[in-house]
Amino acid sequence: MSLPRYAAGRLLLGLGQVAGITTIVFVLTEALPGDAAVVIAGDHPDPARIAAIRAQLDLDQPAWQRYLDWLTDLLRGDLGVSLISQRPIVERLADSAAATLLLAAVTLLVLVPLAVALGMLAARREGGRLDRVVSAVSVALYAVPEFALAILLIAVFGVQLGWLPPTAFGADLLARPAVLVLPLLVLLARPICTISRLTRAGMLDALRGEHVRHARRLGITGSRLWLRHALPGALAPVVQQLARTTDWLLGGVIVVEAVFVIPGLGTALVDAVSTRDIPTVQALCVLVAVTTVVVNLVADLVAFRLAPRTGVVR
Amino acid sequence: MRAAFAGGGVNETLDPHLANLFNEASRAKAMFDKLADYGPDVSIQPRLAERWEPSSDLTRWRITLRQATFHDGTPVRAADVLYSYARITDPKRAFRAKASLDLLDLPNSRAVDDRTLELVLKRPFAEFPNALAAFGAYIVPQDADSFERPVGSGPFTFDSWQPGRSLLLKRYDGYWEGAAHLDELEYLISNEESARVNALLAGQVDYAHDITPTTARTHADGGRMAVTRMPNSTMQSLAMKVDRPPFDNRDLREAMFLLTDRQQLVDTVLAGSGQVGNDLYGKGYQYYADDIPQRTPDLDRARFLVDKAGARGLRIPLDTASVASGFVEAASVFAEQAKQVGLVIEPALGNKDTYWKDILNSGVLASYRSGAMPIETHISQRLLTNSTTNATRWARPEFDALYTKAVSSADEATRRQAYGDMQRTLHAEGGFLIWGFADFLVATAPRVGGVSADAPANTLDWARFDKVWLG
Repeated sequence: MSLPRYAAGRLLLGLGQVAGITTIVFVLTEALPGDAAVVIAGDHPDPARIAAIRAQLDLDQPAWQRYLDWLTDLLRGDLGVSLISQRPIVERLADSAAATLLLAAVTLLVLVPLAVALGMLAARREGGRLDRVVSAVSVALYAVPEFALAILLIAVFGVQLGWLPPTAFGADLLARPAVLVLPLLVLLARPICTISRLTRAGMLDALRGEHVRHARRLGITGSRLWLRHALPGALAPVVQQLARTTDWLLGGVIVVEAVFVIPGLGTALVDAVSTRDIPTVQALCVLVAVTTVVVNLVADLVAFRLAPRTGVVR
Repeated sequence: MRAAFAGGGVNETLDPHLANLFNEASRAKAMFDKLADYGPDVSIQPRLAERWEPSSDLTRWRITLRQATFHDGTPVRAADVLYSYARITDPKRAFRAKASLDLLDLPNSRAVDDRTLELVLKRPFAEFPNALAAFGAYIVPQDADSFERPVGSGPFTFDSWQPGRSLLLKRYDGYWEGAAHLDELEYLISNEESARVNALLAGQVDYAHDITPTTARTHADGGRMAVTRMPNSTMQSLAMKVDRPPFDNRDLREAMFLLTDRQQLVDTVLAGSGQVGNDLYGKGYQYYADDIPQRTPDLDRARFLVDKAGARGLRIPLDTASVASGFVEAASVFAEQAKQVGLVIEPALGNKDTYWKDILNSGVLASYRSGAMPIETHISQRLLTNSTTNATRWARPEFDALYTKAVSSADEATRRQAYGDMQRTLHAEGGFLIWGFADFLVATAPRVGGVSADAPANTLDWARFDKVWLG
C-alpha cells in the first residue's frame, strides 16, 4: 500500500472515530442525572427558575434534536455556544488550548533528547553500573503518581525553600518561564522512564540485529554505527510510545493543571462536565479525538520512515 | 493586590445579575452597587439609595438615589434602576434575584426625576428593602446587556479579563463612597484550595478566599499568613421533612433536637471554627430570637420521646453529598450520636451536582446549609406553604398568617414580635435541626489590612476590597 493511500484511509477512519466518540459522549452526558439548568440553579432550586433556565438554554428540546443541531453546526465548522457563558466555545477555549499546547511542547522538547540519551547510555553496557542505576531510578520514579510528586515538589521547592513559584497563578507562562519548572518536572517523570526504557531495549535489539551486524562487517563502528545504523531501528517503537505521551499531554493533564493552576484543556473539561455544559464537553471531545487521530497518524508515518523494512508497526 | 478565589472556569461571566459563585459575587460588588445591601447583622444598609419612604399602605416606595456616577462618568439615574429591575425580572430569563423582585409592579413604577423613583408593589411589603439588597440585584446602566467590558458604579473599574484565569480591575476615583485604597485589584482563579494557599505562602497572591479550618490551624503560627474568621456565615443543619413519616411525628423531631451534641459537631466537623446553633436560622442577625434558651443534649428525654414515637431501632436514611464542606462528616458524626437513643441513621451519599434539587421533594432527612440572608427572606423562601424551596415541607396556615402580619406592618415592634413568635414555633417543632454556624475563613498575607472580621459571608463587607489596603 502506498503511503498517501494509507494516510487517506487512516484519515477517513479517524473521522469515523471522531463521530463515534462524540455520539457516545453525548449519550453519556445525557445519561448523567440533572442537566445544566439544575446545576446552575444550585442551592436555590426554585422549580420555576429551573424551568426558565431550561427554556432559555433550549434544554426543553428533545435530546436527538439538540444533537442533530450540534452536528449540523459542527459540519459547518461551528463548535457551538457554551450553555454557561452564552459565548462561542472556540473564543473561550483558545487560551486553554494555548496553555496546554505550550506545556506539551516544552515537555516534549526536554523529554525526547533526554530520554533517548539516557536510554542509549544505559544500552552502552548492558547490565553495567550505569544501566542498573538508570533502571532502578526509572522504575522507582514510575511508581510515584503525578499528584504525589506534584505536592511533594511544591511543598519542598515552592513553599519551604521558596526557590520556584509553587503555582502559575495568573502568570503569562511565556513571560515567566520559572512557573513552568515544577509542572515540567512532574510531567516528565513518567514518560522519561518509559521512553528511556524503550530506547534501551530497542538499542539492544538493534545492535544484535542483522542490519547492524552487516554494518559492522562493512567496518562501520563507534558513534556512526550507533547513531546512523542502530538508533533509527531502535526508535520505531519509541515513536509509538511518544505518540501516546503526546496525546496524553495534549489532552491536558488534569492533575497537573489543577495543582499548579494552569488553566488548560484539562481544567476546561472538568469545569464543563461539572456545569453540564454539554456543547463545551462535546467541543473538547472533538478536539481531543482529532488530536489523537492526527498524532497517531504522524507517529505511524514517522515510524514507517525510520524503519521501512519492518513496515508500519501496527 | 492579587486575590485568589475558586471560580467557574473559562465559561464564566461578568454579568452581575448572573452572579452565583463567591468570586462572581465579589467581582459584582467591586464593579457594581445595589440600592441597598446587608450589614454585619444582615440588616439593610442604604447604598445607591440614599433613603426610602413607603406609603402608609406599604405598596408605594419613594426612593431617593445618591449622587453617584458610572465608570463612564454618566450619573446613576432612576431610569437605570428601572431598567436593571426590568432586566432581572424579565419572564424570559432566569436571574437569581428575580424571585425577590417579583413583587414589583414595574409598569406602574416610574421615575419621578433623575434621582427619585417611585416603585409600586403588587402587595404591601414592609421588608421591601430586603429585596433591594437581594443577591444579584445590581444596578447596571440603562440598556446594558453585554458584560464583556462591564461598566458599573462600583469602587473598581474594568481593565482586562482572561476568562477562567484573571480579571484585572483599577480603582475608580469617582466612587461615591470615597475611592478605594488599592490602585489595582486582580482576581485569580483556582478551584484547588491547596493551590490558593500555596500561592499565598509563596507570596504569589495576597488574599486567598475560602480556606479550610485545617489549613488555618496548620499555618496559624507560621507568621506567613493571617486568617480572618467571619462568624455566623454558614448555617449547618439537617432538614427533616415534616409532611411524611417518620418526621411528621412531633415527638420524634424533638428527640432529634435533644439527642444532638452540637458542641461535638462544631468541634469535629467544623474543627472548632464555628458556634453551636439553637435550631433557629440567623444567629446574630436582626430579629434573631436570642431570648430562646440554648438547647443542650438530653439523652434521657430523647430516648423517652423515641420510645413514645415507637421509633426505637427505626432506620432513617440521611441524604447527604460532598456538595458543601463538612456535610458527609456531619452525617456520620450525627449517626453516631443518634445511635445512643436507639435511632439508626443511615447516611446515603447522593450526586453533588444535583443535590439541592434532589432533596427538595424526596427523602425524609437531608444535610442542609445556607449562607446569610435576612431572617424574613429565609422564612419566605423556605418556610411558607407556597415557598419554592421548602426543603422541610413546613406548611402551616397560622405560620403563614404570622408572616403576612409581619411583612404588612409598618410598625417595627409588631414585626419583631411576629418574627419572635414564628421562631418560637420553629424552635419547638420545626423541621430544621440547626446544629451550628460555620465561620467563613479567608487567609491574607501579613501586610494586608482592612479585611472585615465581622461580616458573615454574602453580606456587604465580605469579599469586599475597597476598604482593604496593602501595608
